[in-house]
Amino acid sequence: MFEVVIGLEVHVQLNTKTKLFCSCPTSFNHTQNSNTCPTCLALPGALPVLNREVLHKATMFGTAIDATINRTSFFDRKSYFYPDSPSAYQITQLYTPVVEHGKLEIDFDDGTQKTIRINRAHIEADAGKNIHEGDISKVDLNRAGTPLLEIVSEPDMRNEDEVVRYLKKLHSIVRYLDISDANMQEGSFRVDVNVSIRPKGDEKLYTRVEIKNINSFRFIQQAIEVEVERQIDAWEDGVYEQEIFQETRLFDQLKQETRSMRGKEEAADYRYFPEPDLLKAVIDDEMFDSASDIPELPDAKRERFISEYGMSAYNASVITANLEMAKYFEKMIDEGASAKNSVTWLSVELQGRLKNSLTLETSPVDAATLGTLVKRIDDKTISGKAAKDVLDYLMQNDSDVDSVIDKLGLKQVSDTGAIEKMVDEILDANPDKVQQYRAGKEKLLGFFVGQVMKASKGSANPQAVNEVIKSKLA
Amino acid sequence: MITLKEALTLSSDELEAFKNELRKKIEENSEINAYIDVKSVGEGVPIAIKDNIQVKDWAVTSASKILQGYIAPYNATVIEKLKSAGLTPFGRTNMDEFAMGSTTQSSCYGKTLNPCNKDCVPGGSSGGSAAAVAAGLAIAALGSDTGGSIRQPAAFCGIVGMKPTYGRVSRYGLGAYASSLDQIGPMTQNVEDAAILYDIISGYDTKDSTSADIKTESVADKLNASRKLNIAVLPKYVQNASDDIKKAYAKAIEALKSAGHNIIEKDLMDPKYDISAYYITATAEATTNLARYDGIRYGHRVEGSNLQETYIKSRSEGFGDEVKRRIMLGNFVLSSGYYDAYYVKAQKVRHLIKDEYEAVFKEVDLILSPIAPSVAPKFGELKKPMDMYLSDIYSISVNLAGLPAISLPVDKNAEGMPVGLQLIAKAFDEQTLFDGALSLEKEFCTILPI
Ligand SMILES: [Zn+2]
Repeated sequence: MFEVVIGLEVHVQLNTKTKLFCSCPTSFNHTQNSNTCPTCLALPGALPVLNREVLHKATMFGTAIDATINRTSFFDRKSYFYPDSPSAYQITQLYTPVVEHGKLEIDFDDGTQKTIRINRAHIEADAGKNIHEGDISKVDLNRAGTPLLEIVSEPDMRNEDEVVRYLKKLHSIVRYLDISDANMQEGSFRVDVNVSIRPKGDEKLYTRVEIKNINSFRFIQQAIEVEVERQIDAWEDGVYEQEIFQETRLFDQLKQETRSMRGKEEAADYRYFPEPDLLKAVIDDEMFDSASDIPELPDAKRERFISEYGMSAYNASVITANLEMAKYFEKMIDEGASAKNSVTWLSVELQGRLKNSLTLETSPVDAATLGTLVKRIDDKTISGKAAKDVLDYLMQNDSDVDSVIDKLGLKQVSDTGAIEKMVDEILDANPDKVQQYRAGKEKLLGFFVGQVMKASKGSANPQAVNEVIKSKLA
Repeated sequence: MITLKEALTLSSDELEAFKNELRKKIEENSEINAYIDVKSVGEGVPIAIKDNIQVKDWAVTSASKILQGYIAPYNATVIEKLKSAGLTPFGRTNMDEFAMGSTTQSSCYGKTLNPCNKDCVPGGSSGGSAAAVAAGLAIAALGSDTGGSIRQPAAFCGIVGMKPTYGRVSRYGLGAYASSLDQIGPMTQNVEDAAILYDIISGYDTKDSTSADIKTESVADKLNASRKLNIAVLPKYVQNASDDIKKAYAKAIEALKSAGHNIIEKDLMDPKYDISAYYITATAEATTNLARYDGIRYGHRVEGSNLQETYIKSRSEGFGDEVKRRIMLGNFVLSSGYYDAYYVKAQKVRHLIKDEYEAVFKEVDLILSPIAPSVAPKFGELKKPMDMYLSDIYSISVNLAGLPAISLPVDKNAEGMPVGLQLIAKAFDEQTLFDGALSLEKEFCTILPI
């Protein structure tokens, strides 16, 4: 039997306005090579100057994962030739990174947690992009020099499930801190996976293989599965030593296999050494204090929701898993909606209606509106069933909750007098059933309630109807 | 040639007339090959610029084939400073390719001759700037000094060359050789001009993270040759120098004594350690600084059948032998398995050198030292690269320690070749450096006429 050992390197693009070492804007959906300057083009004589906002965001992250913050860190040059790297070296932090020895708790569905240690998080500059068009290749350097935080975990994960839970947690933390857009498809949250296997019970770490740049959770799971299979097959066939060596591989989604990026003999030597163009990066007291004062994180928010709103652990996890959801929920609460109904109406009803790439942020129904709708359910103005119609209507039309209730005539009748009148009519019309009920066939209660609701065209408050019928037949 | 101080008093008409004369004179003396080309931008006192300092809209090539076709799109900070002080870049001067050399023979534009004796090298790497000033083809020039590249050619050509404290002058816009050692400095006809030009180009610059964020006091208006200073001399250290140098050194000591300075004998560690620490540090940095010249975005490109071939062909054709040698050395000392033994050790030695200087400067204001072990050699005299590297023994420790130093002519040998010596001051004490240099200059004749 084998045990799988997985460590992750996640490149998170920090959402600063300007690049890491120059004042070019970081928005790179502009005309190719327009957001560039002598420094990020690596022209002769140009020099890097550290954007201190990056240091601030890295410190926030270090605080969030309970890490050691190196108040003095250093930059190093990592050399390799590629057209998307204009200086042919990347400025990174090898020897003294800004953040070290942190940890992150991943959550399982049964409410248990596991600690994944984070070895380090260091600042480095992103590369540009190569665009291949037939015989020619073009280079777009708009992205070159964008700040990245590379977050390196210890090899603490044992299967794909833990990997995905770790990534989701990490993702929600950087979003909660608002230090990155963390969009996997757009490349602002990039994952490299290091995988090895070992016989169960063996404490030794065997050869790790790196799988680079996989852009969805699903592909990450698949990539790990096929790579683990490759390694186990090699072991069982007695060719582990020959076939598994430390290298970088790419995942092919179509063929469902990992492929060698470069051969063994071309193992890269990055010739790291301290960057002489930059002084040490110092986090002064002012920056340290302000960066330590971070917003409430997912775990803390979840615990608060449980204790403050009496939410179940499961519901609290669902609502706090991503920042947009948690924010949306809190706005509904601010609107005066009950927590219990807000959870259902947000996580089930609204989420179920968000289709065609609609998200909570682009939803036609905003948090204040959904909060009002829930409030109308809470105070029994409308029934849950009627509320679904209101929500359906609001997903398609621009209006407000109360106007839609009026317009669709969905106001619930809770007035006991009116309900009593309807109940009397139904009971009078069904004397045989009344008799059966009184003789002990209590299941007939549902029939009477249904008849009254039908007569009221759904506008009667079912609970009130229930109570009136019970008291009349008692 | 008029001095910089005099030129600064000329009207713009007088300056225009002067520049026309100068252009003619440069053409007549083209044999020296001090200038790569002459291009004036705007009004002001003309200053010759080494070919590795960025001047907007100029071809700036570090005398390398690999930068042919490149036009600088921006001004170095020192150029901006010259312009706002009423000076103007006027012609780019020849140099060793990427400032790697001590003879200005490795330029892709051919060698520069020493105006004092055309069979001799002008020194390097700022040989073009030194020769231009020495031949009366420039009022003053800017050079860059990584391991003596201002001071040594100044000594060989008989002019004044000054390397400021590391961090005093912005490196923004200086094509980098070795980032932790490079410093731009003035090359002039006399000490006072050097102080004037130093004042103009120095000062904190937010574009250079290694520039010193401290107030830079002007020195030229406070020059004082009559200050009595404690000056260290190095009898043992000088033993490796030629007789010409030893003789000049003894003369200089006598001159300093007669000027009333207090002479104290000191010693520095064997300069062979300087050579090792320097060549490891400089080549490691240079390897990465020159990696950007790949033929992809600008400069010389030789199309290959694939990317790797394009890289190899462009760089093989674009770089000269000495540059290739240093790129290989730098890659070697940084490669895995060797990094600790070479690079890390070199940084430790660098610290020891710094500490040693600091200890000496606890007791003295200045150190008098040779700048080169001999006068300018004849072309072809330094046959092996190692001969050239060893000729740097007296100049490089100053760069490793980041100190300010000034080289000035103090003697001539029997063949009439100038002999220069250098004064070294503690970090950021340029005032004392210039005061001492002015005092020494007063004891000898200023510039040696050709
Ligand atoms: Zn830029």
